[in-house]
Amino acid sequence: MRVVIAGYGMAGARLARELGGRGAEVTVFGAESEAAYNRVLLSGLLAGSHSETGVRLPPPPDNVDIRLDTPVSSIDTVGRTVNGVGYDALVLATGADAIMPPIPGLAPSERVMAFRTMADCRRIIEASRGGDRALVLGGGLLGVEAARGLAGRGMRVTVVHAAEHLMERQLDPAGAAMLAGTLDSIGVASRTGAAAVAVDQSGDEVRLRLADGTELSGDLLVVSCGVAPNIGLARRAGLRVNRGVVIDDRCRTSDPRVYAIGDCAEHDGHCYGLVGPAWEQADVVADVLSGQEGGYRGSRQVTRLKTDGIDLAAMGVVDGDEVVSFADPVRRTYARLVIEAGRLAGAILLGDNPTVGDLVRMFDQGEPVPFDRRRLLLGAAAPVAESADDETVCRCNSVDAAAITSAWHGGARTVEQLAAKTLATTGCGGCTDTVSRMCERLGRTELSGVRS
Amino acid sequence: MRVTLHNRNNHALSAKRVPRNIQGMTTPTDGSRVATHCPYCALQCGMTLSHETDGGVSVAPRGGGLCHKGWTAPELLDHPDRLTAPLLGGRPADWPRALDRVAEAIRETQERYGPDAVAVFGGGGLTNEKAYLLGKFARVALGTSNIDYNGRFCMSSAAAAGNRAFGVDRGLPFPLEDLAQADTVLLVGANPAETMPPMMRHLARPDLVVIDPRLTETAARARLHLRPLPGTDLALANGLLHIAIERGYVDDDFVASRTTGFAAVGRAVAGYWPAFVERITSVSVADQYRAAELLATGNRAILTARGAEQHSKGVDTVSAWINLALALGLPGKPSNGYGCITGQGNGQGGREHGQKADQLPGYRRIDDPVAREHVAKVWGVPPQSLPGPGRPAIELLGSLGRDVKTLLVFGSNPAVSAPNSAVVTERLKGLDHLVVADCVPSETVALAEVVLPVTQWAEEDGTLTDLTGRVIRRRALREPPSGVHSDLWVLRELAKRLDAPSRFPDTPSEVFDELAAASAGGVADYSGIDYARLDAGERLHWPCPAPSRPGSADDARPVPGQRGPAGAAETAGDARPASGQRGPARGHSGTPRMFAGGRFATPDGRARFTAVEHRPAAETADTGYPLLLTTGRVLTQYQSGAQTRRTSLPGRQEIELHPDTARRFGIGPADSVTVTSRRGSFTARAKLTESIRTDTVFASFHWPDRENVNRAVNDVVDPVSGMPEFKVCAVRIASTTSEDN
Repeated sequence: MRVVIAGYGMAGARLARELGGRGAEVTVFGAESEAAYNRVLLSGLLAGSHSETGVRLPPPPDNVDIRLDTPVSSIDTVGRTVNGVGYDALVLATGADAIMPPIPGLAPSERVMAFRTMADCRRIIEASRGGDRALVLGGGLLGVEAARGLAGRGMRVTVVHAAEHLMERQLDPAGAAMLAGTLDSIGVASRTGAAAVAVDQSGDEVRLRLADGTELSGDLLVVSCGVAPNIGLARRAGLRVNRGVVIDDRCRTSDPRVYAIGDCAEHDGHCYGLVGPAWEQADVVADVLSGQEGGYRGSRQVTRLKTDGIDLAAMGVVDGDEVVSFADPVRRTYARLVIEAGRLAGAILLGDNPTVGDLVRMFDQGEPVPFDRRRLLLGAAAPVAESADDETVCRCNSVDAAAITSAWHGGARTVEQLAAKTLATTGCGGCTDTVSRMCERLGRTELSGVRS
Repeated sequence: MRVTLHNRNNHALSAKRVPRNIQGMTTPTDGSRVATHCPYCALQCGMTLSHETDGGVSVAPRGGGLCHKGWTAPELLDHPDRLTAPLLGGRPADWPRALDRVAEAIRETQERYGPDAVAVFGGGGLTNEKAYLLGKFARVALGTSNIDYNGRFCMSSAAAAGNRAFGVDRGLPFPLEDLAQADTVLLVGANPAETMPPMMRHLARPDLVVIDPRLTETAARARLHLRPLPGTDLALANGLLHIAIERGYVDDDFVASRTTGFAAVGRAVAGYWPAFVERITSVSVADQYRAAELLATGNRAILTARGAEQHSKGVDTVSAWINLALALGLPGKPSNGYGCITGQGNGQGGREHGQKADQLPGYRRIDDPVAREHVAKVWGVPPQSLPGPGRPAIELLGSLGRDVKTLLVFGSNPAVSAPNSAVVTERLKGLDHLVVADCVPSETVALAEVVLPVTQWAEEDGTLTDLTGRVIRRRALREPPSGVHSDLWVLRELAKRLDAPSRFPDTPSEVFDELAAASAGGVADYSGIDYARLDAGERLHWPCPAPSRPGSADDARPVPGQRGPAGAAETAGDARPASGQRGPARGHSGTPRMFAGGRFATPDGRARFTAVEHRPAAETADTGYPLLLTTGRVLTQYQSGAQTRRTSLPGRQEIELHPDTARRFGIGPADSVTVTSRRGSFTARAKLTESIRTDTVFASFHWPDRENVNRAVNDVVDPVSGMPEFKVCAVRIASTTSEDN
């Protein structure tokens, strides 16, 4: 089986590794000159918490032929070759590119850049050294991450967002307001409902003019206005494309020998743009191409933002019939859960929510929510019982409080004597304090002439 | 229930069991009392056994603690269920007839089907001497390659990962006392407060970070408890290493000078960023950072146990935790390090002396020509006569009734303890001959054609190797009941009948000396240890080579008796810190702390990182089987329960499930519940508890027949260690209360 993978991003690298490990003959063409890296961690690179080597993906086995700096410009679907390499199966993993909105004056430069690739990241870091004020155009997830990263480098940052609130695809207005407050506390201002109408790069700063006439300036401008799937190659090859390259449940395009995975693919109307679905699709193709059962049935999306000072999880729908919510503005904690037919259909969690891990799992699995909805917000903790007579004092030796009391009345008046009589404290020793307190209490009770 | 407990408790404290002096630190060994150790778990708490005037036996701890199991251990000595005569086809028989029958069965089977058609299944509770002689018996008297043991279900994953990383597998490479000097101890799938309570005395000071899907007794004492989905510990370990790298917690000097392979691991864990790990494990990103921060500084130890190890990726999971320990620079530093908490009484020694399918004594590989030559020389047989590697436990049990026709079982109860146990029981029934040596009528005994009644701990001498690699003495207080013989005697008698071409001594010290000679130069080198040194009170941890020939593989050892007076009193209390040796200074002082100076037992002296990737458990929850089943122990029972179920120890099978889960599946608080997997079902009373995840149910593995959790457990195994996946399989549950009524 000869497999050619067009694209060496997160999806292509995952598939190359999987197939290479299973012994397939794999050739990978990567447009970037970089070895594959973990795009999810670029915000960490920007924030300075990760190094460049720390965000590299593990290389595929040696039998995989990787050709960097070699974009694929055309496919011969009849002769079944790509860049002169024959294939039995071709997998498109061409990813997506950052969108530069058509705003007058908005063009990439030393001060204006997208936030998508490792190269972008290096450019932003380089530009950040020359100043202390940054503008971020776009207040979606990536825009907020970029802003957080720049703030972590000591810059004063302003996020400019056209929609009425930040991350409007994931958050409700109240959650977004809480996020804006959290961002403000770490040095990130945000302007929402603010349409940018012009960019002026003359002089030694970037000026951004808004529709209301306000003008903002900064030493650099990061553009984070979404991505568009790379479908040109597929379109030229005559494959069916919509917003992305259209694939079926086996990740096949309209040509049964050509597959598409990751950000360039569109499954059931969804272009995910997230690593989770990309990897799931890569695994499905690996299974299909090695003759195993495999099918892709869509992914549940969880958006996660966790850096110093921000802990945000958002998943599923924002609104529905049953909404459970909690807000603590002082500690900037917010939770909004949407339940449909007894299942978690969506959640927005900001700040310190003890159940976030469980909710992610519950959402992923479609598990029913608990009858008492408060558990969803607070989690379950085993109540610590008061020591009543029928309570076990020493688990190691199955000694209950009644046995201690009875031993005391039987003449055991010290911890040692109680231990000899009941065996309490002779195991892990953890109940020694309890037995000692009981011993004292029983002594006081007798002194006061009260027999229990 | 509470009332019953109370009554039982009083029963347990009836006059003959009340210790005279529970603080007894030192106990000379004389006619009336003896210093020995608890018969149960690998902690091997020191205990003094005394004859009482009424003929009973009383127990007192020697310096350390004892849990309920230890206190009640003597109840089995004169228990009405005690096997005191051989059984042939269920009817009492005399020993010569029973042994003749076994020898005849072995001969017939081997003549008809070849040597490998007879197999041996041993146990991790056997003394070193028994484990050693059983391995020799299989290779020399039977000539079969097919010997393995229940330790495969216990220590095999940690052993493989330890060997891979350090070049040696010793559960704890340091004494327990070191843990009390740690600032943070991370326990992964370990619940010592339940399984070996006195160990908690060493864990009172450090901050505990506990990783367990349940809020266990141990987790309740933790500073931080992480509750991952069963089967996802590997991802969590990789995630914590990812954070350690991100936050700069890695000990770069240690990694550079003492290890190899970190670069590949660093690349692998780059793919385990916190949000991704949260999605796999359900441990929140914030909790991952909290755990990593607690492990960032101070004296730190990382300990794994069965929760991490009993998986079809158990070896890789342990490797992931070892990777974290190595990256943090812990192994080899005082009061720091990685260790695994051994389970069975002789879980450590049981895996070193040759009852494992691929091993010869001294933790040698059976496919290593040098090892074969050395051991063959000690045994006085040609190296080429020794069989090669046999089948690991699950494969071996799978061959029963197929090409394995006769099975000899010593110290194990696979009808209860093996995964997919209903099938295993059928296979045991399908054998031509099943021979079982035990002291009580276990469920496996009930299936046997020949039953051989053997001694209990208070009736025998020997050694065990505890969870820290320390060799300890088991001492007999009394003679066995008439009609009961030691396993060593049984092997000797059988070997005689089979005309075995080597000696089969049945005096424990003599067997030990032979074992020591066979181990000389091996990884687990006991050649510098003998009964005289142990009885003089020396605390000896292997490796402990004989001084005259360190590592030498030729020559035999001096005969016993040349090393000074045997049988001297052991006066050492167990609470004394392990600092070197005591008693007359003779020979190597043993190795309480391994890897001192940062040198590991690998060819280049460096510890090895191994890049490992998460993969799902063999079964994950789906619509047909929407919950996960995980298994473990309860404090008052031990292993298959064949012994503890017969004592006054309380306890019964209960299926733990979350109240929300119970509501979801229409189960009431005390309903009878049936848990069903793709393999089978078991039934027991529900116990509703918020200490468990809503997607997971728990049951303990001590119960037979319809209550046996192993009927449901998956027998898929780890490809490296052969460890079955005891800790996670997919199940559905239903109330069966109405059916019962």
